Amino acid sequence: MEPLRDTLRETWRFFRETVVLVLKGSRAYYAWCLFLIAIVFVGLFFYLEQHELGLIATNMNDQVSWGLYIANFTYLVGMAAAAVLLVVPAYVYQFKPIKEIVILGELFAASSIIMAILFVMVDLGRLDRFWHMIPAVGSMNFPQSLLAWDVIVLNGYLFLNLLIPVYLLVKYYYQKPPNWKFILPFILIAIPWAVGIHTVTAFLYNGLAARPFWNASILAPRFLASALCSGPAIMIIIFQVIRKVSDIEIEDRALFKIAEIMAYAMFLNLFLLTAEMFKEYYSNTVHIESFKYLYEGLHGHAQLVPLIWTGTAMNVVAFFLFLVPATRHRISTLNLGCILIIMGVWIEKGPGFVIPGFVPDPLGEIYEYVPDVLEFMVAFGIWATGFLIFTLLLKVAIPIITGKFRYSKFERETTPSIH
Amino acid sequence: MRNKKITRRELLRNLSLATLAGVSFPLLSCTKEEKEDFLQKHFREMTADEKKRLIAKWELRYQQKYGKKFTISTKEALPNTLWGYGLDLSRCIGCRRCVYACANENNNSRQNPQLHWIRVIRLKKGTLINLENSEHYYDPEQVPEPGFIYMPIQCQHCENPPCVKVCPVHATWKEPDGLVVVDYNWCIGCRYCIAACPYKGRVFNWAEPKLPAEEVNPEVHYLGNRPRMKCAVDKCTFCIQRIREGRYPACVEACPTGTRKFGNLLDPKSEIRYVIENKRVLRLKEDLNTEPKFYYFFEA
Amino acid sequence: MARLDRVILLFFILLGAGDPALAKETSQEFPVPPPPFSEGMFPCSDCHASMEVNPKRRELKEAHEDIVLHHGETMRWCLDCHYAKNRDQLRLYNGELIGYDQSYRLCGECHGNVFNDWKAGIHGKRSGYFTGGKRTYLLCAHCHNPHDPKFKPLKPEPSPHRPRDKQHAK
Repeated sequence: MEPLRDTLRETWRFFRETVVLVLKGSRAYYAWCLFLIAIVFVGLFFYLEQHELGLIATNMNDQVSWGLYIANFTYLVGMAAAAVLLVVPAYVYQFKPIKEIVILGELFAASSIIMAILFVMVDLGRLDRFWHMIPAVGSMNFPQSLLAWDVIVLNGYLFLNLLIPVYLLVKYYYQKPPNWKFILPFILIAIPWAVGIHTVTAFLYNGLAARPFWNASILAPRFLASALCSGPAIMIIIFQVIRKVSDIEIEDRALFKIAEIMAYAMFLNLFLLTAEMFKEYYSNTVHIESFKYLYEGLHGHAQLVPLIWTGTAMNVVAFFLFLVPATRHRISTLNLGCILIIMGVWIEKGPGFVIPGFVPDPLGEIYEYVPDVLEFMVAFGIWATGFLIFTLLLKVAIPIITGKFRYSKFERETTPSIH
Repeated sequence: MRNKKITRRELLRNLSLATLAGVSFPLLSCTKEEKEDFLQKHFREMTADEKKRLIAKWELRYQQKYGKKFTISTKEALPNTLWGYGLDLSRCIGCRRCVYACANENNNSRQNPQLHWIRVIRLKKGTLINLENSEHYYDPEQVPEPGFIYMPIQCQHCENPPCVKVCPVHATWKEPDGLVVVDYNWCIGCRYCIAACPYKGRVFNWAEPKLPAEEVNPEVHYLGNRPRMKCAVDKCTFCIQRIREGRYPACVEACPTGTRKFGNLLDPKSEIRYVIENKRVLRLKEDLNTEPKFYYFFEA
Repeated sequence: MARLDRVILLFFILLGAGDPALAKETSQEFPVPPPPFSEGMFPCSDCHASMEVNPKRRELKEAHEDIVLHHGETMRWCLDCHYAKNRDQLRLYNGELIGYDQSYRLCGECHGNVFNDWKAGIHGKRSGYFTGGKRTYLLCAHCHNPHDPKFKPLKPEPSPHRPRDKQHAK
């Protein structure tokens, strides 16, 4: 009884202190949070309109029945899976510069998964019936439906990426050593699990024989390769920002190591793209139509063509920036490469992947889909939510990692103002 | 210093109260109806009593909404039955009478969105299975136009339905008599089945269906043509409300050239068996192994 | 005739007699609604019983001038199908006389494939009930005008609404 009461009391104290920590910050911090909150409210307002009218408020229809929301979902699952790129060097290879920042990567993965889940939730026609998906309570079609698998693996990954960092942080806060026997299995299982979430998402598309553009075995490897480029890219940028605004120390060596691994992933991504292009153009069957729509235009419809070629160009340029050590080790070109790869992979994996699957539709019809204002606003709202959650998590995590926010120290320093 | 402290604690307290209020507001503002609907079980898991109550509830609701007395059937599949459909491609003239007869019989949304369970496509003579060259929106003065043939496509009620495989909540399933049906109150609107169907058999109620009360057909089946609600998937059910009573589907009756045939595949004396045994039948996209029960054939 | 020849002849006669294809298709087997006569036309013998038969091939001027034959008109004319001596009956090739309620037998003489389909129940419009004995048959003449059987083109129902689109779908 006693230990339980103590644990509960400690947990409550920890929670209370973190809330205080989160509400206190610099001007820039308040400005950033208010900016994000404003976007979240705009997104919420538009979402309520969609909830009222039905999905007819978007530009989706029977021909292109998945659009901006699922495009972002696919991209964000990839982002989340990329946390493994930090976990492997940190825990398996014990590479010290990365080991210090791996918690930040895992928190980023958790925020990405939350965004991905939010995108699925806004895309559902009947969100009030979400409970039908819960096994035992509802009727989940496991193991036949890949969406059911996705729900399980995504929530499991969220659980892992909250459990591990929170456990470690709380242990650091109380200055107790973590019980590695307990937490290390979870950390290690998170590695195949990360590969798993993106494989399941790829299989979701892969298994549909009705859509020849997606019904290709290359999907899962391509997803993983592009995820391992884009996720770390955004983390590199975020780490530099964190480095600037807080006193956590992140070595340049950590960033360069991540960039080096990314270069290999990028090569794989481009190689798989060439493999796909060869198969489509050389065999030249009727099924090339979707690919043609994307890269050349089909029967006069060429909306996505400039977008995809921009994206591909960005990926190629970024690849070379990362490949050449001179540009990789210079912060300015490194950042340029990261921004290019973030946008390039978004184009390739988002609209450049979801929309051509529906064009032409199984009966040969072509509908050119462009998201409308409502969809964009809701999408921005969700991205802002994710960034807000990540910011709040970091606001607590960084002081703990640097040692500023510790149980005894904090008590001593701030005792007068608590009472 | 003191003021700042109190303000911060007050702020915390106020924030948490506001959040709690915000979260509980939608719960409190739910009507009794909405609460009942929220907790409605899956149709296949209901007992006979629950189904009776369900039917009574929906009949009352529909009557209140449309002003007509509804009869909602829950008639189960007949024994030794596997429904099959035949379509004579040499006789279809593309007049679309089937499309509108279906929409009227099955209480489809008329506009915004306009839901047609049958789509008639026009193909140039000389190319048939390459659906990439289809035209959906032909609108000539008269049909048939020379040089073209017409092919109506609807849900094929596959034996290996990809839509049933991918539905995450078992909202769609294959009945014992071979029909693929949807429990409209269980569907969560994820549209995975629409992505999975190779024949564009399924459509989505993107908004609350627009159905004029005077055009409503009050003889419905729970799994078939009862008026749907927004954000649920629906599709052709081979007129489940008619065929389980022994009547032809509405599209078969509406066709002026006798293009459409229907019957029980397990009855050796049925029309559809005669068609399969004596005509050259083909099924669409057979390489996808979905085993559709919709047989197209040619006379000439 | 030699004994063997007689046996062979008898055998073929019996074979022919037992041939189901020669069995008469009776109206009991194919219940059809009454033939779609124009108002006041039937029974034809009301007028024709008292009229003289004119077997000469010609264009009709005094009556039935609204009927224009577009059905093998280079090979036949009215009295090849209608029995000259009794206009209430139709005439088959072998000289057999049938009523209008069995007119499918006349059509089936040339349109054998379609006739087989019709007998199996797969030719023509289906309506009503298909189970049990409630299957309905229609006479050929219920859908096809026997004098001008080709279907006229129809005006199609409106095309479906186009999806909202910047550029129209093809």
